[in-house]
Amino acid sequence: MHLAVAATTTGGKLLTMVIALLAFAAVVGIILFLAGLAERRGRRQTAWLFLAPTLVLLLVGLVYPAGRTVVRSLYDAAGSQFIGLHNYLTIFSSDEQLVVLRNTVLWVLVTPFVATVIGLIYAILVDGARGESFAKALIFLPMAISFVGASIIWKFVYEYRDHIENLLPGQQQIPQIGLLNQVIVWLGGKPQQFLIDSPWNTFFLIVVMIWIQAGFAMTILSASIKAIPAEMTEAARLDGVGAFEMFRFITLPAIRPTVVVVLTTIAIGCLKVFDIIRTMTGGSFGTSVVANEFYTQSFSAGNQGLGAALAVLLFILVVPIIVYNVRQLRASEGR
Amino acid sequence: MAQLSVPVVADTPDTLPGRRRGRSAAETARKRLTSPWASLAAVVLAVLWTLPTFGLFVTSFRPEADIKNSGWWTVFTDPTFTLDNYRTVLGSTGQDNLAPYFINSIAITLPAVIAPILIAALAAYAFAWMRFPGKNTLFVAVFALQVVPLQVTLLPLLELWVDLGINRTFWPIWLAHTMFALPLAVFLLHNFMREIPGELIEAARVDGAGHVTVFFRLMLPMLKPALAAFGIYQFLWVWNDLLVGLTFGGQPNVNPLTVALFNLTGTRGTAWHLLSAGAFVSIIVPVVVFVALQRYFVRGLLAGSVKG
Repeated sequence: MHLAVAATTTGGKLLTMVIALLAFAAVVGIILFLAGLAERRGRRQTAWLFLAPTLVLLLVGLVYPAGRTVVRSLYDAAGSQFIGLHNYLTIFSSDEQLVVLRNTVLWVLVTPFVATVIGLIYAILVDGARGESFAKALIFLPMAISFVGASIIWKFVYEYRDHIENLLPGQQQIPQIGLLNQVIVWLGGKPQQFLIDSPWNTFFLIVVMIWIQAGFAMTILSASIKAIPAEMTEAARLDGVGAFEMFRFITLPAIRPTVVVVLTTIAIGCLKVFDIIRTMTGGSFGTSVVANEFYTQSFSAGNQGLGAALAVLLFILVVPIIVYNVRQLRASEGR
Repeated sequence: MAQLSVPVVADTPDTLPGRRRGRSAAETARKRLTSPWASLAAVVLAVLWTLPTFGLFVTSFRPEADIKNSGWWTVFTDPTFTLDNYRTVLGSTGQDNLAPYFINSIAITLPAVIAPILIAALAAYAFAWMRFPGKNTLFVAVFALQVVPLQVTLLPLLELWVDLGINRTFWPIWLAHTMFALPLAVFLLHNFMREIPGELIEAARVDGAGHVTVFFRLMLPMLKPALAAFGIYQFLWVWNDLLVGLTFGGQPNVNPLTVALFNLTGTRGTAWHLLSAGAFVSIIVPVVVFVALQRYFVRGLLAGSVKG
């Protein structure tokens, strides 16, 4: 079987998989064999043999492509003519791209805060309660689900059925099958097309990310809360400190570094959010964000220059948050 | 990315010191809040978080006609259930059969999890226990590569796969996932390896054991928890990935389940009997892993939460 031809049967696919596993194992085996030889001869290159596959793959898979993309972002749609920073100017001036930027800002500002607040509240509410681990599992479970799966789950919640404005005699309203619209109908309201009406549709997409990330926030914050020394809380309790003072003056200062890490982590996830938008709206109806627009421009709109510029912009936006995140981690470790 | 160096990795929630030593701050705060209200709020949140999944789950067992004509909540008054939707997505012969994509996902995931672990373990060992010039600079460089978003690499890589003639096979997806996983894997495994006492390594070396022997006999067995944590994290990442699969897949014999589902939402966006059953076929695998290996699962997820 030729390796460059995709197998079509289940057996063929699994066979290809086994061959790949053996190939990867063989690479490691050969390296260890060579390292063993080198060692016996007293050579010192063993370390480089151990490092070789990692370095080669990183150079080919990350460093070189990233460089190519930076260069690419300075060329026009077809990649034939150098146009300097023109693609970047487009991102910051065309109406379409400005909507993309606005949405990205909304995602990054709203999601981390709401998800963290909900996660924190829930962590406190269930802390030490009966069935704590089960209660936590319920909130955490969305993290195990793929973004595509989560998007389908929520698309169904938002599902809209035509609403007839003026019912003829004897005619009945088409029943809603999406939960949210049914709730609106039960409350006497008019069903909405949640994913179509801009700019509110962006918020309904953000809800999906909050739904996923709240479990992440809760898990980390809960661990951080449990790590607060009991002596501290006990002393405060004996002094008759109330629940809110306890939270405000003991809990919150103690977990502050963790809160920052959670916020920044979710913010990075939001900058790169792609699956949710791609699955739920495809970026239509004014819901696109940078990571999705990159994909559209590069792979469907045929403007690889602009696509590359969007990817580089993403890179530039992510770096300061990650640097800040790492510093916060260092600070919280040094505590 | 850097999550991993955090106490979080070392301390699973149930080994944290505050736990058994008395009431924690939050516990006290909660007790002081009027407790029934606190419980009520927790229940409301839990219900809100579970309801969307539950709704689609119920829907996946309803007949196609029912799904179209009434909401899933009507099953409480008028219960009709069927396994037809699952038969269609798992066993039918038509276009709606998702079973081949399930196989694709398995064929993609196993090598994409095992390969980076093997390769990164070698590099991590070199960084942790070998001496060579430029070691620290190189380690920082590998660590720093975690900030590179996948997006900046996709197009040049696609061109590379085409040049190599391996486009539209599993290889681009395996290689891409391996490449993208390496910075995190090297960093994580390095940290775990450094925690193994140096005397142990020295003693083995004095006894004449080479690095190869130490790596196999000493390191790999001791690294099991770290390998499990990273393995589960990487498993989830690959199984749930859409971006890499969508970019480098591009044909039915390669596309993972996520891409198949994504295509289904595009072409048959209102075929909820297919979407619901299909979604749960893809969800069930990570959920089973989650329930079975919750400890490692949480640890692994925290470890690499910023990657990508």
